[in-house]
Amino acid sequence: MIAAHLPALQVVIPLLAAPLCAILRRGTIAWVIAVVANWLAFAVSIGLLFRVLDEGVISYAMGGWAPPIGIEYRVDLINVFVLLVVSGVGAVIIPFARAGTAARFDSTNQAWFYTMYLLALTGLLGVTITGDAFNIFVFLEVSSLASYVMIAMGRDKRSLTAAYQYLIMGTVGATFIVIGVGLLWAMTGTLNLYDLAQRIPDIENTRPVLAALAFLTVGISLKLALFPLHLWLPNAYAYAPAVASAFLAGTATKVGIYLLLRFFFTVFGGEGFFLSTPLPEVFLVLSVVAIFAASTVAVFQNNLKRMFAYSSVAQIGFITLGISYATETGLTAALVHLMNHAIMKAGIFMLLGCVIYRLASMRIDDLAGIGRKMPFTTAGIVILGLGLLGVPGTSGFISKWWLVLAALENGQWWLVALIVIASLITMVYVGRFVEAAYFREPSEKAMNVREAPLAMLIPSYVLVAATIYLGFDTTWSVGLALDAAASLLSAAY
Amino acid sequence: MMRDTIILRVVAKLLLPAILIFAFYVQFHGDYGPGGGFQAGVAAAGAIILYGMIFGIPAAKHVIPTTVVEIMVPLGVLIFAGTGVVSMMLGENYLNYSPLRAAPGDGQHMGILIVEAGVFITVASTMLAIFYGFGGLADEADAEAAEAAEDGEK
Amino acid sequence: MTTILADLNYWVTVFLLVGGLYIVVAHGNMIKKLVGLSIFQTSVYLLFLSPGKVLGGTAPIIAEGFDVYSNPLPHVLILTAIVVGVATIALGLALVVRIHRSYGTIEEDELHDLESDA
Repeated sequence: MIAAHLPALQVVIPLLAAPLCAILRRGTIAWVIAVVANWLAFAVSIGLLFRVLDEGVISYAMGGWAPPIGIEYRVDLINVFVLLVVSGVGAVIIPFARAGTAARFDSTNQAWFYTMYLLALTGLLGVTITGDAFNIFVFLEVSSLASYVMIAMGRDKRSLTAAYQYLIMGTVGATFIVIGVGLLWAMTGTLNLYDLAQRIPDIENTRPVLAALAFLTVGISLKLALFPLHLWLPNAYAYAPAVASAFLAGTATKVGIYLLLRFFFTVFGGEGFFLSTPLPEVFLVLSVVAIFAASTVAVFQNNLKRMFAYSSVAQIGFITLGISYATETGLTAALVHLMNHAIMKAGIFMLLGCVIYRLASMRIDDLAGIGRKMPFTTAGIVILGLGLLGVPGTSGFISKWWLVLAALENGQWWLVALIVIASLITMVYVGRFVEAAYFREPSEKAMNVREAPLAMLIPSYVLVAATIYLGFDTTWSVGLALDAAASLLSAAY
Repeated sequence: MMRDTIILRVVAKLLLPAILIFAFYVQFHGDYGPGGGFQAGVAAAGAIILYGMIFGIPAAKHVIPTTVVEIMVPLGVLIFAGTGVVSMMLGENYLNYSPLRAAPGDGQHMGILIVEAGVFITVASTMLAIFYGFGGLADEADAEAAEAAEDGEK
Repeated sequence: MTTILADLNYWVTVFLLVGGLYIVVAHGNMIKKLVGLSIFQTSVYLLFLSPGKVLGGTAPIIAEGFDVYSNPLPHVLILTAIVVGVATIALGLALVVRIHRSYGTIEEDELHDLESDA
């Protein structure tokens, strides 16, 4: 019986847990609820994965109203992949959240923090699972509003302006998405994504449909921080609490990428419509610029969290680069990197959270010599940094490998060269951290710190281990991505 | 603060019950006519907000304390989401109210009334929470201004 | 002229959309930005409601003597969008209040100077 309701439970479990946290108002209880809800959500995702592998696409009619009139929750290989990433990253982060939040907030505010965390999780899972265009907007705003609050809870007062900035740009992005949805609805009279996909080919070159595609592309690109719409991201990640940075870096932008895939290849993909627009070329150029501009800016950052935030913009460039090929290999690269980057970046921000927990600073000069004082934390950051670089033996290598394959398949050898050069820039900023951490005398601040508590280290190391594991055993990560990419494209041609 | 204006005070006292009754009319009319929890919640909260604007926020908080408001916000969501869970336990899809009652159609009526009650609670309390939050700032500003004026006189 | 009048709703939509977005971009005052954002969101409400109206149609409740009904879907959608809009503006204003407390200003250029000093 439960198996039949898994699609609803995926969203309902965190949705029910959030108000429970808000009513009970005790930090510890709220944390326990959040952990249980998040782990259950992860279990539901795994259950959904098995059901999808078993029986193909699952359709769930909300309230018993049959689609396309009612809201449909529809799970296929692509969104079950993203659901796994989102709930899985969350499931690792939430046990980690306890130490840092308990040290900073009183009991009531801890409960509010977990409420916001669960709402953000609800929203992100909802965006991913729903098959209704307007529902996407609603869940997107649920998750965005909750993340603005989480960001504003950072210890630096600049977190307030960062949250405000994100609120303005995020709302503009979301409103663009609704405008696109509205135009599509006015043209077709349906909001169901799969119904839209069938109706759009008949009217694909009308002006409202083209305008809708443009609005949706810009709106979603704002949410996923595609260069040059990434301006909200660096400050938001830099000044948010570590838990929020890790969670958002691991999940929020990834869900944006899922939306991009869904709209480009499912909704607008019919009969090669998307491929006939100039969008693939536009994305190719923007991705390359994103990779180089953001990596270069990252090199010159003195705040480590900001450095890795800019690195996120660059890594998102790698993912959208994969999308821009619009080939099976390219999409596989994008999906694999989506997961690998979610794991690596969440891990890095968690380990940076460990550093902040002990050192209360993110300035690279204050971190000098930290490698001797916090050996495990530093080693973890270095391993994940190597993953970002794409060193063989880490999952980052697999993503880069597939990207290179996709470029070669298109005969774009110059792109291969660019990918390699970009990795060298990554090496420079990861190198800056290594140099400061291992080769400098400890700074005054770093003299007195100890290794981070195990409650924070163990969850972080789960992600470090996952990064290494996925670098060796790719059977299910790449295998799943390949199948998902094939199913995305089968609709598009 | 307008608590010294006698006309406002009298008119407000006359209006408040009417607004509240209208809110409940909209609420319970909502399952088979225009209306529903959202509009009703805003109207009901409007009554309290009017009261607060005329008699002062402390008076409004005496009627509905902040702690109550803060419990009501998540409570409404729980009622809404919980109804869906009940329908799921009765073997239908999430938020399908039909199994709540045996007679066909009755379940839908009952379900929507419960859900609308949840919406009412959350919307009304959220409006109040926003009003208390921002209105409290005005009181603080008034108090600061008064202090500054006193300091100036000294 | 007649074509403009025929599509008046959409002209107003476009005007509000562009005007709101302009305020968001051009003004440095954080509250004015939120006002612009609100106007920008309002344009979408109009965009959705316009095609849903059927001339001569009534509220979609079955009753004697009426057989033309307006489409109720946009109203439901926009009601949701309004709630989202209210929540966004409330949260935005709350952030502005906190920013004012922490920095003593809500002008973006002044904030920028303060932050680069810090």
